[in-house]
Amino acid sequence: MTDLSKLTIAGARDAMRKGDVSSVELTQSYLKSIEGAGALNAFVHHTPEIAMDQAKAADARIKAGDAPDMCGIPLGIKDLFCTKGVASQAASGILEGFKPEYESTVTTQLFDAGSVMLGKLNMDEFAMGSSNETSVYGNAVNPWKVDAELTPGGSSGGSAAAVAADLCLGATGTDTGGSIRQPAAFTGTTGIKPTYGRVSRWGVVAFASSLDQAGPMTKDVRDSAIMLEAMCGHDPKDSTSADLAVPNFEAALTDDIRGKVIGIPREYHMDGMPEEIEKLWKDGTAMLKDAGAEIRDISLPHTKYALPAYYVIAPAEASSNLARYDGVRFGHRAKLDAGDGITEMYEKTRAEGFGPEVQRRVMVGTYVLSAGFYDAYYNRARKVRALIKQDFDKVYASGVDAILTPATPSSAFALGAMKNADPIQMYLNDVFTVTVNLAGLPGIAVPAGLDKNGLPLGLQLIGRPWEEGDLLNVAYALEQAAGFVAKPAKWW
Amino acid sequence: MSIDTETARRVAKLARIKVEDDALPALASEFSAILGFIEQLNEVDVEGVEPMTSVTPQRLKRREDVVTDGDQQDKVLANAPDAREGFFAVPKVVE
Repeated sequence: MTDLSKLTIAGARDAMRKGDVSSVELTQSYLKSIEGAGALNAFVHHTPEIAMDQAKAADARIKAGDAPDMCGIPLGIKDLFCTKGVASQAASGILEGFKPEYESTVTTQLFDAGSVMLGKLNMDEFAMGSSNETSVYGNAVNPWKVDAELTPGGSSGGSAAAVAADLCLGATGTDTGGSIRQPAAFTGTTGIKPTYGRVSRWGVVAFASSLDQAGPMTKDVRDSAIMLEAMCGHDPKDSTSADLAVPNFEAALTDDIRGKVIGIPREYHMDGMPEEIEKLWKDGTAMLKDAGAEIRDISLPHTKYALPAYYVIAPAEASSNLARYDGVRFGHRAKLDAGDGITEMYEKTRAEGFGPEVQRRVMVGTYVLSAGFYDAYYNRARKVRALIKQDFDKVYASGVDAILTPATPSSAFALGAMKNADPIQMYLNDVFTVTVNLAGLPGIAVPAGLDKNGLPLGLQLIGRPWEEGDLLNVAYALEQAAGFVAKPAKWW
Repeated sequence: MSIDTETARRVAKLARIKVEDDALPALASEFSAILGFIEQLNEVDVEGVEPMTSVTPQRLKRREDVVTDGDQQDKVLANAPDAREGFFAVPKVVE
């Protein structure tokens, strides 16, 4: 009997179609793995009954012979996605007890395709964080370990930890500034943020609406292609969702990248970047060259302004989006003292319900949008954002097909290591990924090597808008060349 | 730009987040650090640049102006901390 935990989505799909394994068997096996992995704190709400019902239905469909690729595949769902009748808290105390009466479009599509929900996954509160340390559920822990416990990255830390530890075949993630790609890089997994508008945001708890995109987190590139396709598509309920046909992404994986032009942006050579990251980047460049791609030095001159622009735009949008948490319609309401009015109710509810990082960002956002500062901060940031996007537009217009960069400036760091650092040190985690959100482009993180401590390191590929298929194929070629097969030793 | 405790207090009020007096100085200094970081944006020449409003130029979709949803009061109120007689209940707003 094959070790079910080592299967990929593609492998499980093929095995189920052949009748070698059923979704019920797969699901039971993963539910058992999850039970034994409490130390990772990846799954925070367990839904075994729903999983078993979905698995039985999937088996019937597979037997009938008309099952889509994702049918019967056990998944973890990030807590940011609203799932009908199941706690959906965005890892926040302010949504304590919230059980949506509706299902997000992404999970609707996955479940319609026959996928199985094992449970909800840990994350940073409202997706604000790069280490999964701002969660009301406590830290998610990286299955990769060197002495101390490490962060799985964030905000999709639970998703990354669950996939890396073989607790599910794939997981949903969301990415506002790097929240899919950074955790993927920290855990030796693959994650893609598609072009803004590819995946519906409906039913995904909003952080910064002009930046948020959902995407898959999986064990390899092929699985990302399969799962992404099931998540994509036009949705009338999201006015920014693109009315474009969704191609067969798996069919795009030919491993042939001869003649593709790969840009290497000089501004991504950061001062003080570890030697190992530089080397990984060079090695990755050489791999793509050996595969027949043309390597071209390019310039993205406004790169250094991406993080400061992001830390105006994202908090501004967050302060507006999070205004809905008022203690009236859903979630937590503070206990009031005699004589307290509605303003005290708002203020106490939000002070109790939001954690420190969320409070900080809501207040920064409030400040940059307040009278007298709107032009100086918010409008200026939006203009810089336009320039950042123009940088990419020019490079792509000159014939570049994809851009190769490191995914993160370091490997996974110890939980608690940033406790006394100022918030900006944490924000620097997203230095290579945040430009992609600002420009709305697709970006993928692929594991490409190990550092001196044996921890995974990832490379990022950035693609042309709407050409996820092409991007996945370049990522596939990189994955084949890098041959990353390391897995964390089980300690949990 | 340095943020003083009075500004921190005003921002907390605007954001409707209760911050105790003794927490204001630390908050002000955090704001100052973040705004100092943001101020790098002043180095960029943005003369004549239009602020970016959407990632891909697309006209927002329109639909017929008709009622397509509704009549689900129980679902709307299901998650309310305090709902009575078909309404959300809040502390007294009008004297």
